Amino acid sequence: MDAWQGLMEGFATALTPMNLLFACIGVLLGTAVGVLPGIGPAMTVALLLPITYNVEPASAFIMFAGIYYGGMYGGSTTSILLNTPGESSSVITALEGNKMAKAGRAAQALATAAIGSFVAGSIGTALIVAFAPTIATAAVQLGAPSYFAIMMLALVAVTAVLGSSKLRGFISLFLGLAIGLVGADLLTGQNRMTLGVPLLSDGIDIVVVAVAIFAVGEALWVAAHLRRRPLEVIPVGRPWMGKEDWKRSWMPWLRGTAFGFPFGALPAGGAELPTFLSYVTEKKLTKHPEEFGKGAIEGVAGPEAANNASAAGTLVPMLSLGLPTNATAAIMLAAMAGYGIQPGPALFEENGDLVWALIASLFIGNALLLILNLPLAPVWARLLRTPRPYLYAGILFFASLGAYAVNLQWFDLLLLLVLGLLGLLMRRFGLPVLPMIIAVILGPRLEYQLRQALQLSSGDWSTLWSEPVAIIVYICMALIFIVPLVMKRVRGTGTGPDAAGSTAAESPDGR
Amino acid sequence: MVHRRAFLAGSLAGLTLAGCGVTRGENAGSRRLRMMIPNRPGGGYDLTGRTAVRVMEEEKITPRFEVFNVVGASGTVAMARLINEAGNDNLLQCMGLGVVGAVYTNKSDARVSIATPIARLIEEVEGVVVPADSPFKSIDDFVAAWKADVKGMTVGGGSSPGGPDHLFPMEVARAVGIKPADVNYTPYDGGGEILAALLGSKLDMATTGLGEFTEQIKQGKVRVLATSGEKAQKGAHAPALKDAAIALTFTNWRGILAPPEISTERRQELIDLLQQMHDSQGWKDVLAEREWTDAFVTGEEFGTFLKAQDERVATTLKELGLA
Repeated sequence: MDAWQGLMEGFATALTPMNLLFACIGVLLGTAVGVLPGIGPAMTVALLLPITYNVEPASAFIMFAGIYYGGMYGGSTTSILLNTPGESSSVITALEGNKMAKAGRAAQALATAAIGSFVAGSIGTALIVAFAPTIATAAVQLGAPSYFAIMMLALVAVTAVLGSSKLRGFISLFLGLAIGLVGADLLTGQNRMTLGVPLLSDGIDIVVVAVAIFAVGEALWVAAHLRRRPLEVIPVGRPWMGKEDWKRSWMPWLRGTAFGFPFGALPAGGAELPTFLSYVTEKKLTKHPEEFGKGAIEGVAGPEAANNASAAGTLVPMLSLGLPTNATAAIMLAAMAGYGIQPGPALFEENGDLVWALIASLFIGNALLLILNLPLAPVWARLLRTPRPYLYAGILFFASLGAYAVNLQWFDLLLLLVLGLLGLLMRRFGLPVLPMIIAVILGPRLEYQLRQALQLSSGDWSTLWSEPVAIIVYICMALIFIVPLVMKRVRGTGTGPDAAGSTAAESPDGR
Repeated sequence: MVHRRAFLAGSLAGLTLAGCGVTRGENAGSRRLRMMIPNRPGGGYDLTGRTAVRVMEEEKITPRFEVFNVVGASGTVAMARLINEAGNDNLLQCMGLGVVGAVYTNKSDARVSIATPIARLIEEVEGVVVPADSPFKSIDDFVAAWKADVKGMTVGGGSSPGGPDHLFPMEVARAVGIKPADVNYTPYDGGGEILAALLGSKLDMATTGLGEFTEQIKQGKVRVLATSGEKAQKGAHAPALKDAAIALTFTNWRGILAPPEISTERRQELIDLLQQMHDSQGWKDVLAEREWTDAFVTGEEFGTFLKAQDERVATTLKELGLA
């Protein structure tokens, strides 16, 4: 009852014309920075921090919330249309989204991303209202062993996306792990595989890798074949989602939310892991496995919902513990400190009006995003009818801009080109792209959590199953392995060779 | 590790700064200056550097002042750039203790002592912090337990090796007679993760800038056993290390450098600009608002300090095999 009243008052604050204007600016800015690869919400909020000296706290946070959600959403647009993920959390979206776009279903992909983000964002925001303090206290109990277990689960799930040739899948996976190793070792500060180049000691940014492999690799591939192959004209397609699209999207939206929200709330969760888990889950559960790798709508709906839900989840520890779980939250906390507002359990009592205004503005920002983006989806989709030489020139431009914007170093352009060539070679030799991208994301984190766990236990390996969450995850992993085997036994030999071989029946991810 | 983005700083900075004063005649500040930030927007040096620039502009000490970020290897890349710009007398760089260490851990030759020291601006005290339910009630309790089992005591900090949160526990260890190389130090990805580890009691002790946890200390969610400054810190409810008979003072400072080989006159002009900034009401307000501790010294005095710090960091890191 109290919460409801608070929320209503929050809406009253957030819906004043001035604050609504700030929300609009925030959402537009957020979408813009989300669309531009390499420029993320953290940076935008950081650079807008000085305005907090001049405006009301509520207005500033309403704008920041708009930027944050907008950025999470905007990344999907370029992923789908140009195969150029703007953020690491929308890398997975590019996989199916871009295939859909090429099949003339860009509008549907954009729409399912927009609606999925809206659904996930709204549910996530509602969950903040309901559970913020409880979740936050539980989340800090998770230590490195639990994170390691969760990431191991994710790594096991990678085998589901290795593609039809396991050998090629593993080559790609290990290439990714190798790229992930570059940089200063986090625990000892020793440089690894940096060839003495200081610019490599921070590691290679995932955005640079993804943009290079996806966008540059593809542009080179197309350029290499343009003269030999007739132009494929991208069909125009229908402008809106059909009944079938809705039917296939709503469950992935909900499942994506279920993955994204808790990961957002975990101190070391992040937005990338849930998008990836959501993708793998949808791939397993779909009734249209043949479409995966060729543009399955589930593969866009799930991950997009997951990344927006994780954005909402991030606010849980931020508001209730003052614990930032990502860069954007850290900067929003700095802004709070600037106003003399201290997050923590007392926040809801002491600055209740502000918190509720922020939460109400999250709902409003979400709605604004939907209103802004849904009608634009068919318009954006027409972009793909640009003649291919111009389209790919544009893609290369965006890719370079993105790679440069990550660190403002020319060196990253060089990396982009080298990795782009690698992307071309991978396409030439039929190596699937997905295992590599996932390895780049997962590898360093897996290593970090393992080493941290072992460091804290002075090298005692039993620490890895010292936390209940870790044990539960390992049991789940064991079940994933054992259940199919048992099922096969129980059913007897009559079911034929492909009963347990569902993962093998996949279309190759590479082209 | 996760988020590294940069933004078209100029355009937005321009937006927020529109309406600032133009030149005020032919004084030293009327030249167009640039401020290099050695880490990404939103980080500590970024906050200090941009705030200093904003105060100088708002107080009309200088005309518009360009701020840009050079990211890489915890500041080593920016440091190398500063040294390469020898003789460029319109460039300044914000830096601090973390950059001094990063230069060594990255085996770079661009030592901070080569650059022209302009001014040290602020400093922050580090704290020895434990979870609320920790068995250690005082720094003596902790040191006794630490000496008994060095490797079994887990120490965490928000910086990678060579950074302030890493150097501080090593120096504490040496001061109480523990070999720094034996310290079981785990780096965390920034203050947020450290806080999570403390709240979840995953660590025996954390070393971190006190400013990060002001509120959690107030609420009793974490406890401070000792602070690293000359005097006990208000609100920390703990003694300074010195008062607890551990002969060590340690502060994480931030300051401004210029490239090497600039003229003495120009150097004095730049020092005067920062002196004006330091004396302004705007800067005093900022210090109060951010709870930064004023540590202003300029020119030679800062140079001497910088050399001493450089040597001190090098000694510690050499002992650890990192330099």
